[in-house]
Amino acid sequence: MSENNGLAWGNILIIVASGVLFGLGLSISEMVNPTRVLGFLNVLGPWDPTLAFVMAGALTVAVPGFQYAKLMHKPFLAVSFSVPTKKDLDGKLISGAVIFGVGWGLAGICPGPSLVALNTLQVNVVVFVVAMLAGIIAHDRIFSKD
Amino acid sequence: MTEFSFINAFAGGICIGFATVLMFLGNGRITGISGIIGGLMKPEKGQTSWRLIFVLSLITGGALFPWIWGRDLAVDVSSPWYIYVIAGLLVGYGTRNGSGCTSGHGICGMARFSPRSLVATVTFIIAAALTHTLVRLVTG
Repeated sequence: MSENNGLAWGNILIIVASGVLFGLGLSISEMVNPTRVLGFLNVLGPWDPTLAFVMAGALTVAVPGFQYAKLMHKPFLAVSFSVPTKKDLDGKLISGAVIFGVGWGLAGICPGPSLVALNTLQVNVVVFVVAMLAGIIAHDRIFSKD
Repeated sequence: MTEFSFINAFAGGICIGFATVLMFLGNGRITGISGIIGGLMKPEKGQTSWRLIFVLSLITGGALFPWIWGRDLAVDVSSPWYIYVIAGLLVGYGTRNGSGCTSGHGICGMARFSPRSLVATVTFIIAAALTHTLVRLVTG
């Protein structure tokens, strides 16, 4: 993926494979089901450990992968790595995480699973996704334009 | 369904991990879903096509799941509709304000050993657990 945005076939193959694998992973691990997520957040019990093992499985692969990237000068099919540049632990990070956490705790749905769950064509999933898009627009276009 | 399956959880997690590593080592991009959706809502030049292809592929992964895994995609969203309105608004707003969600901070950021992502992940898990617990105590 070059800076002037040309997507070669190799880049497209990677995007498709990554997306499909991500969607399959969320489905196989049942993270797409709010019941599983809320079971993990249910700290007073009964507790469902699924989410912890999903994170463990993901990090088992992701930690070596992302650490290996630090040894590379550039990605295999792009000119450079795009990583967040912010370093400070500011109030915006914390308040955003708290707001997200409250929403996540209410419904048991986060952004990735919400999109995968659209496959079930349930009204409440669509309601969540539309509200989420409204929340994103509210933040990016109204309250914080930076 | 409520029975915990270590194999499903770990195998699914490994798939997700591979997905993020593939995107990063191949294309140099962070697989943060809230960032990808946010980017589509407020398009930046040259950043729309990969995000759109990714979102469509992500949804396709869920559509292929029943054929590959031989099990229906179970999604229990039986709370009242307004819960999903409130939760969706908070998730959308919060993930943008906090620069990421479970995928961007929880997996990619943690794997990069980013202090910001570690703090964000611990914070949103605690906030979510407190919220869910409070709701359960209030509603019984």
